[in-house]
Amino acid sequence: MSLFFIVALPFFGALLPGLMNAAGRTATAGVTFTVTLAAFIGLLSNLPVILAGEVVTARVDWMPALGLNFTLMLDSLGFFFALLILGIGLLIIAYARQYLSRADHMGEFFTYLLLFQGAMVGIVLSDNILLLLIFWELTSLSSFLLIGYWKHLPEGRQGARMALTVTGMGGLAMIGGMMILGQIVGSYDLSVILQSRELIQADPLYLPALILILLGCFTKSAQFPFHFWLPHAMAAPTPVSAYLHSATMVKAGIFLMARMWPVLSGTTEWFVIVTTAGLVTMVLGAVIALFKHDLKALLAFSTVSHLGLITMLLGTGTAFGAMAAVFHILNHATFKAALFMSAGIIDHEAHTRDIRRLGGLRTLMPITFVIVCLAALSMAGIPLLNGFLSKEMMLEEANHTVLFNNPWLVPVLATFGSLFSAAYCFRLIGHVFFGPVRDDYPAKPHDPGAGLWLPPALLMIPVVVIGIAPFVAEPFVKLVTASVLGTAAEMPSAHLKIWHGLVPALYMSIIAVVGGLAMLAIFKPALRIWEGTPRPEAKVIFEAIVEAAARLAQALILPLHNGAFSRYAAIGVITIVVAGYYSWTTGTIGAPAYALQPANPVLVAGWGMLVAATIGMVFLHRNRFLSLILIGIVGLIVSIGFVFLSAPDLAMTQFTVEVVTIILMLLALNFLPKRTPVESSVLRRVRDVGLAIAGGLASFAMAYHYMLRDPVAASISEFHLANSYKGGGGTNVVNVILVDFRGFDTFGEIIVLSIAALLIYALTETLLGGRVGAKLLNRKPDQPRAGDMHPMMMVVMTRVIMPVVLMVGFYIFLRGHNEPGGGFIAGLIVSIGVVMQYMASGFSWTSARLKYPYHGVIGAGVLVAGFTGIGSWFVGKPFLTSDFTYVRIPPFEKFELATAALFDVGVFLAVVGAVMLSLESFSRLARRADSPENMHPMDIDPSREDLKEGV
Amino acid sequence: MELLIASAIGVLTAAGIYLVLRLRTFPVILGISLLTYAVNVFLFTSGRVAVGVPPVLRDDITTYTDPLPQALVLTAIVISFGMTAVVVMIGLGAFLGSDDDHVDDQPNDRSEGTS
Repeated sequence: MSLFFIVALPFFGALLPGLMNAAGRTATAGVTFTVTLAAFIGLLSNLPVILAGEVVTARVDWMPALGLNFTLMLDSLGFFFALLILGIGLLIIAYARQYLSRADHMGEFFTYLLLFQGAMVGIVLSDNILLLLIFWELTSLSSFLLIGYWKHLPEGRQGARMALTVTGMGGLAMIGGMMILGQIVGSYDLSVILQSRELIQADPLYLPALILILLGCFTKSAQFPFHFWLPHAMAAPTPVSAYLHSATMVKAGIFLMARMWPVLSGTTEWFVIVTTAGLVTMVLGAVIALFKHDLKALLAFSTVSHLGLITMLLGTGTAFGAMAAVFHILNHATFKAALFMSAGIIDHEAHTRDIRRLGGLRTLMPITFVIVCLAALSMAGIPLLNGFLSKEMMLEEANHTVLFNNPWLVPVLATFGSLFSAAYCFRLIGHVFFGPVRDDYPAKPHDPGAGLWLPPALLMIPVVVIGIAPFVAEPFVKLVTASVLGTAAEMPSAHLKIWHGLVPALYMSIIAVVGGLAMLAIFKPALRIWEGTPRPEAKVIFEAIVEAAARLAQALILPLHNGAFSRYAAIGVITIVVAGYYSWTTGTIGAPAYALQPANPVLVAGWGMLVAATIGMVFLHRNRFLSLILIGIVGLIVSIGFVFLSAPDLAMTQFTVEVVTIILMLLALNFLPKRTPVESSVLRRVRDVGLAIAGGLASFAMAYHYMLRDPVAASISEFHLANSYKGGGGTNVVNVILVDFRGFDTFGEIIVLSIAALLIYALTETLLGGRVGAKLLNRKPDQPRAGDMHPMMMVVMTRVIMPVVLMVGFYIFLRGHNEPGGGFIAGLIVSIGVVMQYMASGFSWTSARLKYPYHGVIGAGVLVAGFTGIGSWFVGKPFLTSDFTYVRIPPFEKFELATAALFDVGVFLAVVGAVMLSLESFSRLARRADSPENMHPMDIDPSREDLKEGV
Repeated sequence: MELLIASAIGVLTAAGIYLVLRLRTFPVILGISLLTYAVNVFLFTSGRVAVGVPPVLRDDITTYTDPLPQALVLTAIVISFGMTAVVVMIGLGAFLGSDDDHVDDQPNDRSEGTS
């Protein structure tokens, strides 16, 4: 099966459990199982290629310019991890079906689980490190959802937040590291990076990149000092813990270290950082685990400890260490998943996970007892079980590792860690299953149904088989090791076997096991000493750090963001002016390329009116009606300026927009206070004038200098002028740019405009539906009403002029391609014609004659424009490619037919709909406030009933 | 001529900034409109200003002004109408809901927000 399918299956499958939820719990679990099984089979279908030592790849260029491609690669390392993820995933799904209670929302659980699974598979199959980072972040997010699945538990929420914070921060660091790595190599493809060992290690940025990447790995794999999140994540349901903390999430960091091993390892920095972190984590985790009373907490710290062990092995940088690491990843995944599931069984049946309340379960839960015994003894490193083999290899490797020039340090600490590791395994068996049968269990324990014990029991098969016959696993382990090593090291000649002779590792193993038993014997006094020792509580420290960060953020942000818009505006103005001033003084200003053009008296007069109206607005802005009139003047002068400066299209647009804007403002002003009170102090006004003058001078200077110079890069305008007629079939270059060259932009523009109109409509609906609507109904107008609501002259005028307006709009639309005009302007003109009807004849009269709702018009416009664009696909051209031809229908002259005109129809409709929907929404507010409307303005019919009283 | 246009842009910007810094919604919206004029005119002039050479192709004419800024500004004008309408609606809705057309959070608003 293609690698794309393997990665995509869980993601698409994640849609199914939610849908299947109504079909029952078994169906939900079943569909999840099927999806995973399909991906699993798909993975296995690639096995022959992997066994042949080849690499499967799949590639789709996504954003080649950024080096971000959807490139997948399946080598034996990726195969190994994917096998663990999907294989153990299958067992977990079967287990979770039985484990979750009726109160738990199963569809939600399995959706999260599949999302997580997909993200994990994505990590191990990515060939592009940017893609890998995306999947990496996805695992952080989806594991957050899984850990916090029991939302009603505060521990669950806190644990999930902690996990997200720690792994998320690590992920951020890793993004930095990967970016550096990509810059060094010049490619973001793993297959290229893995070939560039010398290049990377010689680069001065190697150390920062290493530290950043390791931060990501260590946080994910719970290495000291980031180990604390993992035990808190145990608040999750047990299937989640078993999945995340045995085979998947925490192994992601290990996976990445193994993946990057050929290029990053082998240096002193790598050796010291990784080995030390691993060693400390291993010992610390093992010691803490022994003294935990919660079964899951014990297993959590033991996981921390074993992750430390694997990290240490990878840190040594030798081929043998890498092989031992690979082998232990396999072994740990099998026995730890089984142990977590067994802990869940005990919790499920005895209703407690507290070791102090358990004991004597040997006879009550015999099946569970056997499973836990095998798994725990394997973890303790007892011969004939798989854990023994890899632990032996670890001790062997530790024996050859010299850290900080001390040949004793690593072997002693490794033995010490193994001793505690054996001790907590023995405690797990001894204190839970042996001892007297008690009569105070919270529930009567008994073995569960096969649905719960079968998944862990299946995992015992590899534990025992590999333990007895290690040569079975050897080819596979060596195959995976080969892909970890890459070209960086030779495959070790050592074989996986039980008996190596009387080597130091054997003595260390014996010391660990015997010491572990001894430790269990003196457990009670040891526990007292442990409890008497003060220890830093990671959670308290973590929360203090989060709290401090939040306080710092508040201290920084609140003074700036205090809810005062005028403050934000002032800060914005200052920032822009200062930034502009900085670049002004530091940059170079070229010599003017043009001379000033002469001004004539008409121009000066226009300028005078504009400036007078603008300054007038500043002084008279407290009178709101007056300032509306003044801004109308400003708009008119700007429109006339556009005509003067050879921009007829702009002038027409500005002119028509001006009309609808003023109408809109008037409609709003109807409800707003008519005057602005004096509120700001003189000092504040002086400050504002200062800011305004600075901003004005800055924009003046920029505009002035800009107008007299040529741009640095050549403009693309020449292309448009040259191709407008040849390529677009129109002589009005502005219109051709809008509907043809930059048609896609315009398409976006009309969509934005439509969204704005719909937003206004939605806001109006909300207002009218709520408290405000009731208030508006009872509102008394604050201005004197006109005696004549619908003046006869105006009604007659607007109705007579309506066909004319429509004809003008039609004309402007048609000529748009070759003369000034087009869809935008025609749309605005027609809107004005319709608005006039509303104003003259009233809202009810006009609405009653409205055939199509404005939403529909907007929708039709966007669809027409969109389908015009899609139409070009049918002739094999990209979206919105236009075409045109000339036709002649006698007796008319030859005229042009262009697909761009159809697109312009869409623009026209969208503009009409958007403008009218906005204005109509505003008037609906007013309509509620007023007295009942005259339904029949100007319809003088003496026979009509409702006229008899009033007239 | 350039001096006149540039100074007009400057005056529009200055008046716009001053009004944007006022405390009530209506003058702020007017200020934003003035800034819109200033920005649109500035964008328009980035194609250099020229009199009597509209970018409408004619057989016997070879000089045209720059059409590209015109096309961009045209859509900008239409979009700014849409945005103005939304801002006016938000301002109006806020006023109708609270009988208060301040743009800044008032002290009692803030206490409501935190309680």
